Amino acid sequence: MSVRDVLSPFAAWKHLFRDPVSIKDPFNREASERYRGFHQNDIEKCIGCGTCEAICQNGAIDMLPVSGVDGVQTRPGDSGLRPRIDYGRCCWCALCVDVCMTGSLSMSNAYKWVEADPDKFRYIPGVDKKHWDDYEHGYRRPEGHRLNAPERIEMPELEPGERIDSFAEIVGGYSVEQARLEADRCVTCGICVATCPTHMPIPEYISAVRDGDYEAGLKLLYDSNPFSQICGKICTRRCETTCAASHEGDPIAIRWLKRHITEQVPFERYRAIIGEPAAATGHSVAIVGAGPAGMTTAFDLARLGHKVHVYEAQSHAGGMTRYGIPEYRLPFDTIQREIDLIVSMGVEMHYNTRIGADISMAQLQQDHDAVVLSIGLWLGRSTRVPGSDHRNVYKAVDLLRRIRDGEQLQAPKSMVVIGGGNVAMDIARSMARLQQQQHGQIAITLTALEDKSHFLADPVEIKESIEEQVTILDSRGPQECMVDDQDNLLGLRTWRVHSIFDENGRFAPSYDDGDEMVHEGEWVVEAIGQMSDVAILGDELTEKLDWNRGRIQVDEDGRTSESWLWSAGDMVRGPDVVHAVADGHRTARSIHAHLSALDKQENA
Amino acid sequence: MAEYPDRSQYPAHLPDGSCDIDLSSGKYLKLWQGPNHPGITGNMSVELTVCGDEVVEGRTHVGYLHRGFEKLMERRTFIQCFPIVCRICVPEPDFNEYCYAAAVEELAGVEVPEKANWIRTLILEMGRVNSYLMYLGGQAGAFGQGVIGQWTTYARDLMLDRFEELTGARIYHMFILPGGVRDDLPEGFDQRMEETLREIESTLADVHDTMFRNAVFKKRAMGLGRVDPAWVDEYGVTGPVARAAGVAKDVRSDQPYLVYRELDLEPVIAHESDAYARADVRRRDLLMSVDLIRQVLARMPRKGPVMATLPNVLHWKIPRGETYVRGECSRGEYGYYLVTDGSGYPRRVNVRGPSYTHAMALLEKLIVNVNISDVAGLLVSLHTYPPEIER
Repeated sequence: MSVRDVLSPFAAWKHLFRDPVSIKDPFNREASERYRGFHQNDIEKCIGCGTCEAICQNGAIDMLPVSGVDGVQTRPGDSGLRPRIDYGRCCWCALCVDVCMTGSLSMSNAYKWVEADPDKFRYIPGVDKKHWDDYEHGYRRPEGHRLNAPERIEMPELEPGERIDSFAEIVGGYSVEQARLEADRCVTCGICVATCPTHMPIPEYISAVRDGDYEAGLKLLYDSNPFSQICGKICTRRCETTCAASHEGDPIAIRWLKRHITEQVPFERYRAIIGEPAAATGHSVAIVGAGPAGMTTAFDLARLGHKVHVYEAQSHAGGMTRYGIPEYRLPFDTIQREIDLIVSMGVEMHYNTRIGADISMAQLQQDHDAVVLSIGLWLGRSTRVPGSDHRNVYKAVDLLRRIRDGEQLQAPKSMVVIGGGNVAMDIARSMARLQQQQHGQIAITLTALEDKSHFLADPVEIKESIEEQVTILDSRGPQECMVDDQDNLLGLRTWRVHSIFDENGRFAPSYDDGDEMVHEGEWVVEAIGQMSDVAILGDELTEKLDWNRGRIQVDEDGRTSESWLWSAGDMVRGPDVVHAVADGHRTARSIHAHLSALDKQENA
Repeated sequence: MAEYPDRSQYPAHLPDGSCDIDLSSGKYLKLWQGPNHPGITGNMSVELTVCGDEVVEGRTHVGYLHRGFEKLMERRTFIQCFPIVCRICVPEPDFNEYCYAAAVEELAGVEVPEKANWIRTLILEMGRVNSYLMYLGGQAGAFGQGVIGQWTTYARDLMLDRFEELTGARIYHMFILPGGVRDDLPEGFDQRMEETLREIESTLADVHDTMFRNAVFKKRAMGLGRVDPAWVDEYGVTGPVARAAGVAKDVRSDQPYLVYRELDLEPVIAHESDAYARADVRRRDLLMSVDLIRQVLARMPRKGPVMATLPNVLHWKIPRGETYVRGECSRGEYGYYLVTDGSGYPRRVNVRGPSYTHAMALLEKLIVNVNISDVAGLLVSLHTYPPEIER
C-alpha cells in the first residue's frame, strides 16, 4: 500500500471529458447481416414437409393447414401445411433454417416486436404478413452448409458398351453399405406417401433399410404392394419426383431402396414374412387378366380367404410387365417369383384361356360371386398417316411382345420409331440390341411430337437411349410412311411441330411444313399409345355397360354399372404399373365389402 | 491483511469436524444471503451463521436455477442437444458448445476441418474475454466500486458486437455445431476485431489504475479467502483460483486442444492466493486472451471448409462409447462426459463446471471467519456461475 494507491483511482475523473458510450438511437440499430431474428418463409417455395418441425427441440414449430391461402394448395409434392412458430418457445438456434429441404425458411435480422397480446407471438411466417418479410439481411443457410447429404449414392450400372449387345439387366443393385448411406439421406417427411398411388409406407421401409431390418421392411412392402420386386425395378416412381430432397439436391432413390429390401431377404423367407391367408370364406371371384391390377386384386382377396380364379389369355402371368417391358429392365425370374408368391396364397390360374373364345363372361358371372375385368391396353394405336398400313409398319406393343415371347426377330438395318414415351424408348433400345447382335451397328431414329423439355419418357430412359446410340429427334410430326414403286418402305417423312394442343387444350398438332425431314428406315414402329381390346366382352355386355370415351365407366371403387362386374388397371386408369396395383387394392376392398355384405344378409 | 477479532470466543469443533452452535444461546444469528442478493452472482444462497458481524459457518444452497439439462439431453437427438447446451452457462456459453461438439465428434468419428478448429479457438478466447470483463465489473461492484462495472460492460458490449457479426447472436451464439462451425469469418472482421481489442486494452488500463491500484480494494481483497496450494488437488480446484495459488494448471498448455499447440501462451500465475491475487491473475489472463485472439487471426488459414459432412442429423445414431472432453474456460476446467449406447440419443451427459467445486465445497471452507461485508467479494472472487452448478 502506498500513496500511489490512494491517488491512482482519481484517473477515473478523465472519463468526465469523454462522450457517453451508449448508442444514440438504440431503437433503430440494425442487427448484423447474419443475425438470427424473426423468421421468414417463402411459402411458394415451401412444400410443408415438416422437417423444421421435426428438428425443433423446443416444439416451437407446428405445421398448420393453410391450403387456399396465397395460392398454397395441397397437391402431390406439397402437403398444404406451413410452419407456425411460437416465439414463446423458439430459442433462435436456426436448426430449422439449416435443415429446411427447399431453402424456403430463413431468418431476418429484425428483432423488435411489441405486442400486448401474447398469442400474437405465434404466427405463420409468410402467411401472416410482417414488416420483416422483405428484409434483405438475416440468417440464411450458408453456402455448402448442409445437415444432410444432397447427393444420391450412385447405382452400379453396366456401361453402354457392356450392355448394348445383350438383354442383361443394366442396374446392379445397391450393396448394403450403399443402401444404408442412401437411406440415411431420407428425412422421413412422408410427402412421397401421399404421391404414391398405392400409398406405400416409404419412410418406414427406408428406416428399415437404415436399421438393417430387412424382414420388417419386406412386410411393409408386401402389405401395400404385392408387386414390390417388380416396382423395385421399373416403377415410374412418382414419389421421387415429389421427394423433399429433390428441391436442393437429388431425390432419395426410393425405388432402388425398395429393390434393395427385396434382394436382401431370401425368397424362401417371403411367404413366412407375409403370413398365411385367412380361413376360407366360401366365396369365389373370377379375375380376367393376370396383369398387376388383376394379380393385386387376386392377392388381396386370397389373403382375405376368398377363392380366386384368374383367367389369362397368354401362357404366363404378369401382363404388360412380362410382355411389354424389355428384359434388360425387368428379368423374367423377378416376375416369376412375384407371380409364384401370389399363386401360393391359393390363387388358381387358368392360362391360355381367352374370354369370348374359351369361356364367356356370362359363364364367369354364373360361376362366381364377383368378376373383375383387368385386360389392360394391348392394342397399339396407329398414327393413320399415309402408308401406315404397310406391312413393315409395326406397333411397338406387338413387337415387344414378340421379343419377350422369345421370337427371334430379324432386325432391319435401319428403323424409325414414332413416339416419345417409355414404350418408344423400350422398343428403340430393344431393337438397338438386336441390330447390334445381328448387324454389328445401330441405326435407329426416334421422332417425338414433344420438345425435349416435355418428353413423356423417364429422363433416365432418354439418357440411356442416347448412350445406346439411338438418335432422338424432338418436335417432329409424322406425315407419311414413304413407300416406293416396288412397295418397299423407304422411311418416314416428318414436319417440325409448331404446337401440340389448341387453345382449348385439345390434342390438335400444328406443323411448320417448311421444315421437312425424311428419316430413312426399313421399318417404321408406332409407339404412340395403346387401347383396350374390349371386343372380347361381346355385344350384349358392351351394350349394357356405361362407357366414357372408349373406357368402361367405373365408380371410385372400380365397380362398373353392372353390380357383379368390376374393372381395374390400365384399361380404366391408363398405363402404369403402380397405378394398376393401387387400383387392384381398391377393387379388392370393394369386392370384399360386397361379399361381407352378402354374408351378413345370409346370416340375418 | 484484513484484521479479525480474537478467535477464542467461537464454538469449538466437535470431534466429527462440525461446529457446536447453540442458537438458543443468543450469541449467534442465522442470516441468509441470496438467492436474491446483489452480491450473489446468479441464483444461489449462502446460509450464514454469524456471531457479531463475523461468519462462523456458511452453508451453500443451490437449485434455484435447476433446469435439468443433463436429463433433458437424454431425451433429445444429438443435434437437438446443440441448442440447449449453451444455456448451461450464460456469460460464457461457448465452452458448452465446444465440449459437447468435440465429445460427439470423437464418439461418432467425425473429422473437423482445420479452419473450423481455428474459428472455434477464436470464439472460445472471445468468450473468455467477455467472461473476465463481466467478472471484473462484478468483483469491483462487490466491494462497492460501481463505475468499473459500467466500463467493462461497455467493453464487453463491443465484443458482443463482434460475436453478433460472426455468429448471428450476442449471448447464446449457437455457432459451434458438431462437425465444425456454421460459417466463415465475415468480410472485414479482422479490422473491426482489432479496434475492439484496442478499446478493451484501453479500458483495462483504466481498470488497472482505479481498481488494482486502489487502496480500498487492496485493503479489502488482500488476504481475503486465502486458498492453500495443498487444497488445489484436495478440492479439485482449477483455473485462476489454482493459478493464483501458484499452481500452474491450465488445460490449454497442459493438454492442448483445438489449435493451442500452435499458439504462444504461458499460464499466468501468482502466489498470494487471496481475492486480490485471483483478480490480478484474471486481469493478466484477459490480456493474454487478447493476445491469443490476435495470434489466431494472424495465423489461421483463410481457405477451406468450416464444416464436415455429417450423416443425416435427423436420425444420427452414434456407436456405443464414452468420452470426457475438457477445455480451460475462464473459471477453470470445463468438461463434458458423454456416454452413448448406439441409439439416437445420449445415454448420459455429465457437465463438469468449475463453479461446482469452487462455489460449494471451497466456499464453505473459506467463508469461516470472514466479515459479513466481505462475503459477496469472496464469492465473486471464486468466479461462480450458478447455472453450471445445477445442470
